[in-house]
Amino acid sequence: MAKTIETVEAALSGPTPGQVLRGRIFGHRGLMLGGIVLLVIFVVAILAPLIAPHDPYAQNIMARMQPPVWHDRGTWDHPLGTDHLGRDYLSRLLYGARISLLIGGFAALISGLIGTFMGVAAGYFGGKIDNIVTFVINVRLAMPVVLVALAIVAVFGGSLEVVILVLGFLLWDRFAVVMRSSTQQLRSMEYVNAARAIGCSTRRIIFSEIMPNILNNLIVVVTLEMAHAILLEAALSFLGLGVQPPTPSWGLMVSEGKKMLLFEPWLITIPGIALFVLVLAINLMGDGLRDVSAPENRN
Amino acid sequence: MVFTLKRLGLALLVALAVSMLSFTLLHLSGDPASAIAGEGATDVDIAAIRAYYGFDRPLIVQYADWLFKALRGDFGESYYFQLPVAQLIGDRLSITMTLGVCGISFALLTAVPLGVAAAVRPNSLIDRVALFISVMGQAMPSFWFGLVLVVIFSIKFQLLPPSGTKSWENFIMPTVVLGYYAMPAIMRLTRAGMLDVLSADYVRTARAKGAGEMRVMFKHALRNAIIPVVSLSAVQMGFMLGGSIVVESIFALHGAGYLAWESIGRNDLPTVQALILIFSLFYIVFTFLSDLLNAWLDPRMRVG
Amino acid sequence: MSTILSVEDLKVDIPLAGGVLHAVRGIDFDLKRGETLCIVGESGSGKSLTSLAIMGLLPKMAQCRAAKLEFSGIDLSKAKNRQMRSLRGDRMSMIFQEPMTSLNPAYTIGDQLAEALLLHRKVGKKAAEARAVELLEKVGITAAASRLGQYPHQLSGGLRQRVMIAMALMGEPELIIADEPTTALDVTIQAQILRLLVDLQREMNMAMILITHDLGVVARVADKVAIMYAGEVVEAGKSADVFNAPQHPYTRGLLRCIPVPGKTKPGEHLGSIPGIVPSLIGETQGCAFRGRCDVAIGSCAHDIPRRVSESGHMYRCVHEGGQPAANAIQSEGRP
Repeated sequence: MAKTIETVEAALSGPTPGQVLRGRIFGHRGLMLGGIVLLVIFVVAILAPLIAPHDPYAQNIMARMQPPVWHDRGTWDHPLGTDHLGRDYLSRLLYGARISLLIGGFAALISGLIGTFMGVAAGYFGGKIDNIVTFVINVRLAMPVVLVALAIVAVFGGSLEVVILVLGFLLWDRFAVVMRSSTQQLRSMEYVNAARAIGCSTRRIIFSEIMPNILNNLIVVVTLEMAHAILLEAALSFLGLGVQPPTPSWGLMVSEGKKMLLFEPWLITIPGIALFVLVLAINLMGDGLRDVSAPENRN
Repeated sequence: MVFTLKRLGLALLVALAVSMLSFTLLHLSGDPASAIAGEGATDVDIAAIRAYYGFDRPLIVQYADWLFKALRGDFGESYYFQLPVAQLIGDRLSITMTLGVCGISFALLTAVPLGVAAAVRPNSLIDRVALFISVMGQAMPSFWFGLVLVVIFSIKFQLLPPSGTKSWENFIMPTVVLGYYAMPAIMRLTRAGMLDVLSADYVRTARAKGAGEMRVMFKHALRNAIIPVVSLSAVQMGFMLGGSIVVESIFALHGAGYLAWESIGRNDLPTVQALILIFSLFYIVFTFLSDLLNAWLDPRMRVG
Repeated sequence: MSTILSVEDLKVDIPLAGGVLHAVRGIDFDLKRGETLCIVGESGSGKSLTSLAIMGLLPKMAQCRAAKLEFSGIDLSKAKNRQMRSLRGDRMSMIFQEPMTSLNPAYTIGDQLAEALLLHRKVGKKAAEARAVELLEKVGITAAASRLGQYPHQLSGGLRQRVMIAMALMGEPELIIADEPTTALDVTIQAQILRLLVDLQREMNMAMILITHDLGVVARVADKVAIMYAGEVVEAGKSADVFNAPQHPYTRGLLRCIPVPGKTKPGEHLGSIPGIVPSLIGETQGCAFRGRCDVAIGSCAHDIPRRVSESGHMYRCVHEGGQPAANAIQSEGRP
């Protein structure tokens, strides 16, 4: 008898939801891999001034286009070689991580605020507000992002701040779409009706009933849009209408290396791989977070 | 019918809003007259240019003027080429359109079979390969992918021309780069849709009737799974044309995207303005057509 | 009348992460033309998997074995996919539980009905459509010809199930399996659909397996009954025998749950069987019902005898007649 009770208790107590979630997070290979890589890049970006072997802006005409260390002519003084102005490529790469993360992070923050506000308002209030927001989303989707971003950056000048603002004000569409439909779904839930029935204010319902429950979707979109913003910045800089030289943006490095494509392909390979790894890590994390937060929706 | 008309009206309204927004943004920024006049121009020159182009009028009047002319196909004159913008764009559009059609075809022809194969055997080797390809595609900057292709196929093996528009060979790499950009999303949606549909009751019904696997897969399952893919492809097609600016600049394809890139660098406002409108019209037309196509594919969406 | 379907020791296993789920654990029955067999059981008792196994429609991961699985002389357990395909929809058909989702939303009723015939007979589209109209009329759909061009979403659940029945009958099958065909329908429609199914079965002299958990239905239509519990047939026999003299404690429990008009007083408690179905993952020893049984004794955990009467009334219970002798409970006690 006693044994039966023990088993029942064990079955009833089980792991707590927190334990289950932790188990899922650490059990998810993509999420762990993406998370670790992202963390490493983040730490490298912060510590760039301490670990970079050279000043990323210091030109040295005598040491132009030295190949990386694994080439015959490479030296450990410049492990990843130097660019066409003799600047240390590794140092530029490390500082470039700062640019990408800054742009990804802040653009996602701005677009997240705009998109979430619009999406939640449309989903919660419905009716006219929903129609207006849907229309604005459609207008935004119809705008050719690259073209508009290029044109605006060209007009205001390509500084880091301008690029962040332009991307932030352009990339909110997915936030708005996802938050709108998540809010719509929640809006019809019993507990939201219950909250309204006991007289909770709209503000309270949105912040304490709706927001916590759309948070996991929001986080997934944040990762997607971070990756999107990083790739777009790189493309703008590559086209010469994003962040301006001599800033060590990875897209700009590819663009500068493009002139030496014929002889020194590693000049584009290295920053390209850096971009690829960063975006891949963010995407793996996003996919992983989606799996972990809603395993029933997998596939 | 009413639905179609309503949808059409909305689409036109969206196009109007896009043109208004871009017009305002571009004209708010500094003084186009001094940009045209160039450095070293006197104040008198600038004032003359301002009056000539009508920049001294209120913005709303300028916009209305531009819009009514645009409706008649007159997009003004390029500051740089001194040619009608409509003619300038018309000459280049065919390259961009070719690229777009090739790109979306490449994306669909790879994404749909891969997505179906992955869904039929989840967690198999082919599913993993498909996932790998799509994850790679989503993380790879397309301009970089283009350059890598150039390094491999033009420089190392000298199989394909790195730039220009002389022959169909010039379009191979741009097509792959542009198509690969759209492919991951289409593949994932096809896979998810097929997985969903393959466990649907009506697929079991088809098997219970004695239908063969091929028939079950293509007639009964794919027909339903493809419906959301149609919408996505239209959206991707619109994005792709807008994104062709990157690909055209890498491969020096002198299409509308390349023109846009050059014109932005040259502050050629009428050309940029017209291109933004045209690219957004593409998006609007594609999504509109996909709605019609979906209504044809999915009887539940036919209203009335 | 010849036996059209015979099943012996049919087993269906589903490998899962936590072990093998023995969903169907060795069941036997046989069926003649014109007979109706009702399989009764709770959800998860393995009745749907049994019917899918006969049709060869089990999910890929499921493994099916049988000492004998024979349909009019064809060994289904050895039949190739191709042969199964030619049987399905032609000589044996199935009607599913969910009429709302069992028709393909992208095609018209006419297309889907005609397909069932075109897959098996060398007939033209016209002839197939004529047959479709004929059957739609037979299943009681008015203006049948004009329905051919309609899509499933334009029909109600009851109509859709009639269409499903018509589709199953397109090839004049010898065996029809109906898996809870009325569960998803309104109560008022349920009786109509069931009546229709039984009438058609008699008219076309088909063998029918009707899967249900509604004993009231069974009493009205079944020739034979098989009561399934946890993947096993615990009691089977002629309908009259099973209803008049239920032997297994589970069957008795089920019968206590049905209100009998005139006998059950308003407000009186209907019977219920406490407890839940045990997990079928891993090997199950002894009687699976013993945890919920009033009359369980220690030996229920061991091999259970299969008792068959002269008339073919079978049940599996340690107790003769499903009831312990008067002093048995005290002497052995509950396990």
